[in-house]
Amino acid sequence: MITGAEAMRRCLEAEGVTTIFGYPGAAIHHFYEELSNVDTIKHILVRQEQNAGHMASGYSRTTGKVGVCLVTSGPGASNLFTAIATAYMDSIPMVAITGQVNSNLLGRDVFQEIDTTGAVAPFIKHSYLIKDANDIPRIFKEAFYIAQSGRPGPVLIDVPVDIQKHMLNFTYPETVNLRGYKPTTEGNAKQIKKVAETISDAERPLLCLGGGVFSADARDLAIRLSEEAGVPVVTTMMGVGALPSAHPMNLGMIGSFGHITANKALNETDLIVIIGARVGDRAFTSSWNVAKKAKTIHIDIDPAEIGKNVSTTIPLVGDIKLVLAKLLEEKPKADCKPWLEILCSAALTEKSKIASARQNTIGPKRLMRELGLQIQEDAIVVADVGQNQIWAARYLNIQNGRFLTTGGLGTMGYSLPAAIGAKIANPDRQTLVICGDGSFQMMFNELSTMAENCLDLKIILVNNHTLGMVCELQRIECYKNFCVTLPANPDFQILASAFGVKSRCIIADEDMAGAIDEMLKHKGPFLLECIVSPDEGTKTMDEVI
Amino acid sequence: MKHVLSVLVENQAGVLNKITGLFARRAFNIESLAVGVTDDESISRITMIVDGGNSAVDQVEKQLNKLVCVIKVREIKEENVVGKELIIIKLNASSKTRGEIKDLCDIMNAKIEDISSTTVTVELADTPARVELFQNMLRPYSILEVARTGLIAVQKGSSFMG
Repeated sequence: MITGAEAMRRCLEAEGVTTIFGYPGAAIHHFYEELSNVDTIKHILVRQEQNAGHMASGYSRTTGKVGVCLVTSGPGASNLFTAIATAYMDSIPMVAITGQVNSNLLGRDVFQEIDTTGAVAPFIKHSYLIKDANDIPRIFKEAFYIAQSGRPGPVLIDVPVDIQKHMLNFTYPETVNLRGYKPTTEGNAKQIKKVAETISDAERPLLCLGGGVFSADARDLAIRLSEEAGVPVVTTMMGVGALPSAHPMNLGMIGSFGHITANKALNETDLIVIIGARVGDRAFTSSWNVAKKAKTIHIDIDPAEIGKNVSTTIPLVGDIKLVLAKLLEEKPKADCKPWLEILCSAALTEKSKIASARQNTIGPKRLMRELGLQIQEDAIVVADVGQNQIWAARYLNIQNGRFLTTGGLGTMGYSLPAAIGAKIANPDRQTLVICGDGSFQMMFNELSTMAENCLDLKIILVNNHTLGMVCELQRIECYKNFCVTLPANPDFQILASAFGVKSRCIIADEDMAGAIDEMLKHKGPFLLECIVSPDEGTKTMDEVI
Repeated sequence: MKHVLSVLVENQAGVLNKITGLFARRAFNIESLAVGVTDDESISRITMIVDGGNSAVDQVEKQLNKLVCVIKVREIKEENVVGKELIIIKLNASSKTRGEIKDLCDIMNAKIEDISSTTVTVELADTPARVELFQNMLRPYSILEVARTGLIAVQKGSSFMG
């Protein structure tokens, strides 16, 4: 017989978990004691619970493994909810373990009690409240299976503190048996044939790649499909990097903040093949219009996404990797040379435009371009939310690395913790954080976690003393700039040094290349603060060419 | 357009919460919902009437199927419904009106379950349309209380959900 806490630890070991991100508390302290006795699982102590979830997300997205986070009951759990919702919207596999009050006291509003599984239901793939220690092995096995199969997502296990001390006979199950959960992975062969024929018949076909391409580890196959079928590609924000930015077939990102050529292609196509994208409103700003003009093929692991936001000519449910492999065997080949030539040359022109140099501030678009030129081929770039995110998604060249951001929920304060998770999983890969002065102040407490773990992160802080994205919206509506300026920002240089982080601040474009070079060559974390004018926008209309 | 959905779910705490929560947050309209355990004690059957177009009901089915606690979802087309709803009505009845109420009950095949000097309590198990009709016919007699179960149903013929 072993304790519930030991059983939990052995479950994690059986799942191959080597790192977890967490914050202790009364309702989870037996399990913390158990973790302290072993060296198989490394615990990263975060500075606020939300960031444990974001770190697990960054870890998961750069390894393909399930990210694990661990917090206590009540406020620990509720702090984590934002990260769970973020992972849910972006389909990131994650297991969240939360402590809970004594099972005999559930429902009595005792200290640090909330109905965790009840509260989290709207934005989680599945959740468990353990009421019997004997269920621990089965529930952990199921949780890991559910998190990473089908459409990936977060799963929560709520463990009352007394259950962690109850004794049980431990055997870890080898299989799961869930009669209500059987995701379809193999695509229907007839539908796949039909897709291949439809692509071959189209005059102006277009592939739209989303984050599902990464979830399914199908990037190589997606690139092959574009090249072999001769079909140009647009991506959603979650799909940025599915093709290298400079790939001639890559027309860029679609959507309200997307590339001109990509949006033009979406507007004029006669066949849109949506692969691993959920047709979100920011990407497909007028989905009804797309469906009116073009045939749509929608390939996704989640049947509920097909037909939800856009009516579909050919639905195809399945794992993208398996489906694309089968689709390539059918050798689809589009005859669309004029369409392809016009678009590829327009994309090339768009990509090569450079905003003119600034004297007294840093031009954010030039900054992203310069960064793209200097970073390593397989670098991991984590962008936060806001103007910094749009500038990075549009102007930063991604080769064969990863561009991580929260496209679905748009959670400010995601970038630094996610980058910490990514760096812990990939200590040898160059990892960069791009954030604004707004988002940085939501997460700079995690500089402490970064320093404690000696992580070599490069942070590009785009400082315009403004919550720029909201400001842009206000400008469009001709509203007053109410509440969006940050006139009392701290001195970020002093702040960085308080955490032992080397830093530099630049205010002119001529210093940009040198400063980026200095940052990337420096061994250890580095904060590069770039002073940007609050008048800089993300839209193309105010782009200076 | 009304659709009858039959849903088999795990008979566990919190399952109904997950299902009703899904309907609330996705703004699906449920007209009625009835739950009861099946012959297999680990499975409950939910019968619900959903109001919406075909694509809306398609989404309801798909979203329900995504819940791990949902085992099976099937729409039962109107012509294939074998179903009943139970209604219990308590209404004012004096010695003058009791006879008329009894007549209505006889016509509709309803049963008088309870009686007092000033009230009668009647019950009818029938299709939702006939239950509605019965309730309308009794309205002039000043209804005091109504309890309805919502439709429970299985499909006609030899095919079954299990």
